[in-house]
Amino acid sequence: MAESATRTVGVDQRTPEVRLAKTETCSIVTIVTDRQEAGDILSAPLIIEYPFKRTTGPVIGAFLTGLREKVLVGSRANDGRVIVPPAEFDPISGEDLTELVEVGPAGEITTWAWVTKPHAKHPLTDPFAWALIKLDGADTPMLGAVAAASMDVVHTGLRVTPVWADEREGHINDLSHWIPVDGGNT
Amino acid sequence: MPEISLPESLQGVEAVRSVRIPARLDYEFTAGNASSRFLRGIQQKKIIGQRVPGGRVYVPPRGADPERGQATTEEVEVAQVGTVTSFCMVNVAFYGSSMELPYTSALILLDGADLSIMHLIQEIPANEVRIGMRVEAVWRDDEDIEPTLESIKWFRPTGEPDDTNVRIPGEDHGTGLGSWVGGVAPTEALVRNPRTGKGGH
Amino acid sequence: MRDIAIISFAQTPAVRRIPEVNEVEMLMPAIHGALSQVDMTIDDIGFTCSGSTDYLAGVGFSFVSTLDGVGAWPPIQESHVEMDGAWALYEAWVKLQLGELDTALVYSYAKSSPGDLPMVLTRQLDPITVAPLWPDSVSLAALQARSLLDSGNYTEAQFAEVAARSRRSALDNPNAQLAWDRSAAELLGEDYHIAPLRKSDCAPITDGAACVILAAGDVARSKVKRPAWIRGIDHRVEPIHLGLRDLTVSESTRIAGEKAGVADGPIDVAELHAPFSHQELILRDALGLSSDVNINPSGGALSANPMMTAGLIRIGEVANRISAGDVNRGVAHATSGPCLQQNLVAVLEGEA
Repeated sequence: MAESATRTVGVDQRTPEVRLAKTETCSIVTIVTDRQEAGDILSAPLIIEYPFKRTTGPVIGAFLTGLREKVLVGSRANDGRVIVPPAEFDPISGEDLTELVEVGPAGEITTWAWVTKPHAKHPLTDPFAWALIKLDGADTPMLGAVAAASMDVVHTGLRVTPVWADEREGHINDLSHWIPVDGGNT
Repeated sequence: MPEISLPESLQGVEAVRSVRIPARLDYEFTAGNASSRFLRGIQQKKIIGQRVPGGRVYVPPRGADPERGQATTEEVEVAQVGTVTSFCMVNVAFYGSSMELPYTSALILLDGADLSIMHLIQEIPANEVRIGMRVEAVWRDDEDIEPTLESIKWFRPTGEPDDTNVRIPGEDHGTGLGSWVGGVAPTEALVRNPRTGKGGH
Repeated sequence: MRDIAIISFAQTPAVRRIPEVNEVEMLMPAIHGALSQVDMTIDDIGFTCSGSTDYLAGVGFSFVSTLDGVGAWPPIQESHVEMDGAWALYEAWVKLQLGELDTALVYSYAKSSPGDLPMVLTRQLDPITVAPLWPDSVSLAALQARSLLDSGNYTEAQFAEVAARSRRSALDNPNAQLAWDRSAAELLGEDYHIAPLRKSDCAPITDGAACVILAAGDVARSKVKRPAWIRGIDHRVEPIHLGLRDLTVSESTRIAGEKAGVADGPIDVAELHAPFSHQELILRDALGLSSDVNINPSGGALSANPMMTAGLIRIGEVANRISAGDVNRGVAHATSGPCLQQNLVAVLEGEA
């Protein structure tokens, strides 16, 4: 680095007549001795949007078609289990799964979590339960948001049923949320 | 594609083939140390780079010398004039851009810097922009200066003679485009190690 | 198989928010610390591998920018994984096993503070049927915790014991973010955060970085008195859909532990990457650790949880204890994904 170390900042030795005229006053060297205070650091809101449109393939497409039609479907795995949402491939062998069967619409909570302060992005604005819900006729549960008056209403084994969005387009949000069957008295 | 068998309730209805699933994530981006110092300099209409003592001057600085892998501890104010080291003419409108077409986007090696910045060239017909052209920064009006590189509206020709020995950043020890001259890739034998001084011509 | 050891480990102190530096500025002390401890420079390194994800800070290709802190010129052999640095270490270990190179530098880092971490992490879920619901990472962990309670094997009091012990251990760790001495009973008195989890059951959100240097055989012996040899390492993944998994166990950890040879000798110390208290209990069972094993003397992820980095730190913590001569054989575990979806297990030993 010898030549770099001795080179005057801003001066190109091969074309001094051009560079010197413009640069001899410009190089002020200061040493960055310590970090700035947090207050000197610039910050700004940064919003990242992913405007994705995805092709679904026939299996997930059928699941979304079902949501639009208020029908829930799963796929039958090679061992006979019905998987919801439908899997495109057998979770054990990896083979194509092609048999879609209707399930639900009601089901049973297999585990749950109570959200006291919902996030603005969450499906419900009042306190609610996330739950894994095993639909009637299914062998694996799917995730959903359960509206309930309080945490005391919710328990593993609670039977719930879907509430459909008024306008449906073939999207997971076509199934707005779930509510307890019989108001949670099961 | 495998044949799918549907339950009766979905037979004969139009199948969903695609789904829109937009997502938005909100951040509070922080610029960090080097970038904040650079942008604070812009607020004062100064262009400030950083270097490791004895090393290259990086503009804009990111806090590290990528050749040596060390923190840049010295600040260096560089000139507001420089030389076009490469450019392209843009004939397509990008999302969010309000530029009139065509316009020229150039790499500009500011006097005193060892890394070109990318900026716009204006006040000259796009087809007259050339490598070696000397250009200077054109700032916004003082009241519109903000801590953003957009406070420099564009660069324009200085009218000086072209720099006929355009120094491509890094060519003196085998970094940058210079090391590809003659179609030879920058292999370990050809490039110089800035830490050990070994290798290179 | 070649003998490959961890010869150096450095980390930055874990903090909730470090706005005054960008990623490379944050990372450099860890890289330079790890190199200087063993009197090495990047010119002594054969392969460099890093782990990070750009989603955390919203800075695209930050993993390319951070190479500025390494000294990647002349061009170095380099790779990156969008995983915890523990998986970058695995790739480096495989690279060294090929026999062509003797040393590797592994680093990882995370600035989670600019974003909304529990929501950012929803982007790793199924994009069509799950991610649009925005189930945050804490809620998903709470579903797992409820399953574990329903199984009857563990209680909330046991969760609280893990939470209390971890923060008490962290009092001895200068790099920890959360360190305090409070009883499990006191923690049980807290309100639920996302039931059945309390805030004390959850890892903090952390900005930080870490770096590990690997070396093979005699190169390792020439650099340090007591290298921490990697005797076994394996990683396994489970399905993306939570409904396809038994959340009360970690089958992937069990298999990885078996392949890594956890049971082939006594375990003196275990650093388990459990961002939620109940997950430590699941991991202990999966690895078959007896009750006398010293778990997470560093305080674990519950005391400092830089994303993509806390797993690599687990490996570094075990290696440090072995190299210091405090212990002879330890197990390090790293996880990634929701509810312990992906798991890596490494068994480290001092010189026999």
